[in-house]
Amino acid sequence: MSYTFLRRFTSATAALVFAATTTVAQDWQPEKPVEMVIMAGQGGGADRLARLFQSIIQKEKLSNMPILPVNKGGGSGAEALRYLSDKPGDNHVIMATLNSYYTTPLRTDIGVNIEEFTPIARMALDTFVLWVNADSDIQTLDDYVAAVKASGGSWKMGGTGTGQEDSLVTAMLEKEFGIDVTYVPFSGGGDVARNLVGGHIDSSVNNPSEALGFYEAGKLRPIAAFTPDRISVFPDTPTMGELGHDLVYWMQRSFVAPKDMAPEAVAYYTDMFQKLSESEEWQTYTAEKALMSEFLTGDDLQAYFLEERGKHADLLSSMEEGS
Amino acid sequence: MELIGHMMDGFATSLSPLNLMIVVLGVTAGLFIGAMPGLGSVNGVAIVLPLTFIVPPSSAIILLAAIYYGAMYGGAVSSILLGIPGASTAVATTFDGRPMAQQGKAGLALIAAAVASFVGGTISVILFTLFAAPLADIALQFGPPEEFALVLLAFTTFVGLGGDDVLKTIIMICLGLALSTVGLDLISGQPRLIFFDQPGFYSGISFLVLAIGAYGVGEILYTIETSKSAPQVTPARLTFRELGHGLKEMNRLWKTMSFGSLIGFFVGMLPAAGATPAALMAYGLAKVTSKNSDQFGKGAIEGVAAPETANNAASTGSLLPMLTLGIPGSPTTALLLGGMVMWGLVPGPMLFIEQPDFVWGLISSLYTANFAAVLVNLALIPVFVWALRMPFTVLCALVLILCIVGGYAPSQKMHDVWLIVGFGVGGYLLRKADYPMAPLVLALVLGPLMEKSFRQTLIAEQGNILAFIERPLSATFIAISAIFFLLPLLKYARGLTRSKATA
Repeated sequence: MSYTFLRRFTSATAALVFAATTTVAQDWQPEKPVEMVIMAGQGGGADRLARLFQSIIQKEKLSNMPILPVNKGGGSGAEALRYLSDKPGDNHVIMATLNSYYTTPLRTDIGVNIEEFTPIARMALDTFVLWVNADSDIQTLDDYVAAVKASGGSWKMGGTGTGQEDSLVTAMLEKEFGIDVTYVPFSGGGDVARNLVGGHIDSSVNNPSEALGFYEAGKLRPIAAFTPDRISVFPDTPTMGELGHDLVYWMQRSFVAPKDMAPEAVAYYTDMFQKLSESEEWQTYTAEKALMSEFLTGDDLQAYFLEERGKHADLLSSMEEGS
Repeated sequence: MELIGHMMDGFATSLSPLNLMIVVLGVTAGLFIGAMPGLGSVNGVAIVLPLTFIVPPSSAIILLAAIYYGAMYGGAVSSILLGIPGASTAVATTFDGRPMAQQGKAGLALIAAAVASFVGGTISVILFTLFAAPLADIALQFGPPEEFALVLLAFTTFVGLGGDDVLKTIIMICLGLALSTVGLDLISGQPRLIFFDQPGFYSGISFLVLAIGAYGVGEILYTIETSKSAPQVTPARLTFRELGHGLKEMNRLWKTMSFGSLIGFFVGMLPAAGATPAALMAYGLAKVTSKNSDQFGKGAIEGVAAPETANNAASTGSLLPMLTLGIPGSPTTALLLGGMVMWGLVPGPMLFIEQPDFVWGLISSLYTANFAAVLVNLALIPVFVWALRMPFTVLCALVLILCIVGGYAPSQKMHDVWLIVGFGVGGYLLRKADYPMAPLVLALVLGPLMEKSFRQTLIAEQGNILAFIERPLSATFIAISAIFFLLPLLKYARGLTRSKATA
């Protein structure tokens, strides 16, 4: 009897120990501050959004360790991509992405294959709007096209680095309307908006969040939105579709991690962003700033990334043919 | 008056016991962070940012402002005592601060730096209070051509006024510019100068790595060699009498400090320019206008006061585009911007209208932070000076450790440590050949800004190079640059004619 008791006791202890270790494994938590690499410079749309995520995580205590945003915007995000690919297996670094996540490795051979990275979560899709300075005479898309044509190619369109989203949207515009603009690259969307207000460039395709402050101050005027439906904060701004032009473009806002991140860590971050996406603050923000919040994780997200990469490869090659 | 009412409300917030305590704590912490080579206001603000959730937003921004100011004061300490600029903004302080310390006048140099920082900070906060809104519009006038012209001006200040040997200065600027192109090109996204295919070069060469290598390690190697024969540092003492003497000295420098503050504030206010060119220009101007300009670079007290007023004034100035336009003028203000977003404040044109409590609370806290910083700083000077009295064998090892840790900490890459070693040896050799280090490190900081704005202008203007002189603001800057650049030539020509006359 005592033997059975002993055996039962040991197996019970074994079970307990086993249970304890598995809980530890499931409850993986960061052991030091987590670096949040941002693929863009300070003050732009990507940067502001990443910092907002950080603040919500901190306020709602979604992470036991602080999240430290680090800007690595050099070379259209190539700096950040290189950085992440040099940290395989690191459980304490995540990266906030934008569309240069696909376009930069497509355009430049920086020795980075995005298929190797670990997808975490897609938080939102950002929108694009065509902007002009509020002092200009341009009120409608027709005015705009006429003005660009009249300028004979010297129309200055400001945007982020060549080959990045803004330049793709610009290329789409050029193709659709048969116009020709001079594209001036800046280091961030915030810079672009300031230069448009200062009159150093003639138009931009800023994300709403980048231009909203100036719009509210009456300095910038939205002409048309590159969305299927009107953006709620600009109810009077028509979509390109309404005006008879099939131009829609999204900017994805997602998080990825280095390759070979431990599955427990992936689960931790996925859960963290899931909670974040359900938070009231994030819901309010997406409504105010005209973001589409469509949460996506895991294999679905990877499939989305690869599909988008294919689309952008086509876009880029048609852009190169055009120029 | 509306303004006075706003200020009174602001002071009511910033002078509460909790906030006063926060200011003193923040300033002291900032001072030490700034005094460490390798750490600066960016690191200080970054470390403290998450802690600010435990206090109300108005107290949080006061804490950050206090650290920001404290670190700006502290930056001068490492420049003067060790000759290692902890941040690019403090490079100009080494020109005269280091010679002063070597002459045993470290205490006086530190007093000069503290008082100058206080004056610069105060004048700029007053300008900020009075003119914040209208000045935001001037910042908007600055497009790529103006940015280029401004950086060019900062460079020519150097060539025309800085070193004794113009050729060597130009060679070092070119070397710095070449190093600044390492990494990925901003405009095209293509990699450039990736030596030996080392991935570490993709992110470029950071100022800190070059400064710590060339100044810190290079200086140690040089001192080890020279100190064999002669003792290098005269031990400095600091008494109340000296403090009084120092304050009296500073009283003569009102002109230098006023110019420094004005330049600092205006240049700092311009997006993307910041405190580094401001400190340089203030140094250059002080040298031109000073009666004993031949003493500059050999331990002139004006040479410490001018850049220190300017870099503190610039740190206030750079808050202006951040608050009014939502565009940070420096990495530190970018972090502050992040903090504001966290507290639900939207920087931009509407902030002054929608959140007056916050804005004026911040402005009034700048006054208190500045005041606290000068007091804490003066009180700590004996501690800093005491550090210099350590035996050289101990100090040398300590500084070397600080250099390596400070170089590794921000990026945590061994790549950077190897670079520091390399730059240290290179810097030592160049120093032996009498090449100045400052143009090298400043070219690295200003080079990318210059290249970017130059190319943006040419793209926007269809390759028309005359665009730089067709706009009034940039034309003015370029004209002043041309004068500065030609100044040594004129002096040389005058010297020739004079020597002919005497012959």
